Amino acid sequence: MVRKIEMKPVSRRDILGFAGAAAFAVVATSLYPKAAGAAPADVDAAVKALIGSSETMAGRITIELPQIAENGNTVPLGFEIESPMSDSDYVKSVSVFADKNPFPDVATFHFTPASARAKISTRMRLAKTQNVIVVAQMSDGSVYMAKSEVKVTIGGCGG
Amino acid sequence: MAKAKARVKAPKTVAKGEVFQVKTLISHKMETGQRKDKAGEKIPRMIINSFVCKYNGEQVFACDWHPSISANPYTAFYLKASKSGTLDFIWTDDEGSVFEKSADITVT
Repeated sequence: MVRKIEMKPVSRRDILGFAGAAAFAVVATSLYPKAAGAAPADVDAAVKALIGSSETMAGRITIELPQIAENGNTVPLGFEIESPMSDSDYVKSVSVFADKNPFPDVATFHFTPASARAKISTRMRLAKTQNVIVVAQMSDGSVYMAKSEVKVTIGGCGG
Repeated sequence: MAKAKARVKAPKTVAKGEVFQVKTLISHKMETGQRKDKAGEKIPRMIINSFVCKYNGEQVFACDWHPSISANPYTAFYLKASKSGTLDFIWTDDEGSVFEKSADITVT
């Protein structure tokens, strides 16, 4: 009895398809390692710990951040909160978060009516492309929130 | 005790009620605690975690810093001129080292 072995030629297209799928799998796993710094959920938790169950409102916050930061080690950050800054109505504190840094907290700034303007410029580190979130707490208890995305070319948290 | 050089820029004279900008800069490496040395050991965290500005002894501005603040932290903020006196700037780091700087201000 003669066994007939059928050999189908492997087409170039088949090889490309297989290689493509394999490459996609490798990229997908390397892009999303399980413990890659802080997840956005951590930021939500941090914001919640700060403001409790208060509702956040949009507006009154102007964030000054570059759209693209070449060096994540020193990213110029500026913000201004619209407020009369009078004795009865002023910005109490402003907290800044970065949702994909190893620690999402960046800084908290405490203002007083003597600050006159709730405006800051400083420099921050960004590990990778991510959102920067600014949460402002007013003296009357209201909370405002704004965010801005920064694309980072070279990350700035060491390795 | 770590060494740090602080620089402050504030106007010497301001009109009463005027809002003026204060710029502060302090040299500090702000070690994040994330970096590793050549042997692969983590370099311990060592940052300035608090900055306070006092106007005639009264706290008018403060910040809490986390490792995401850049090395040699720079901060510019605003104050309103009320009366002549001193501005005191106080930075505190993780080791408890305190760095101080003050500036005189004349309000006309």
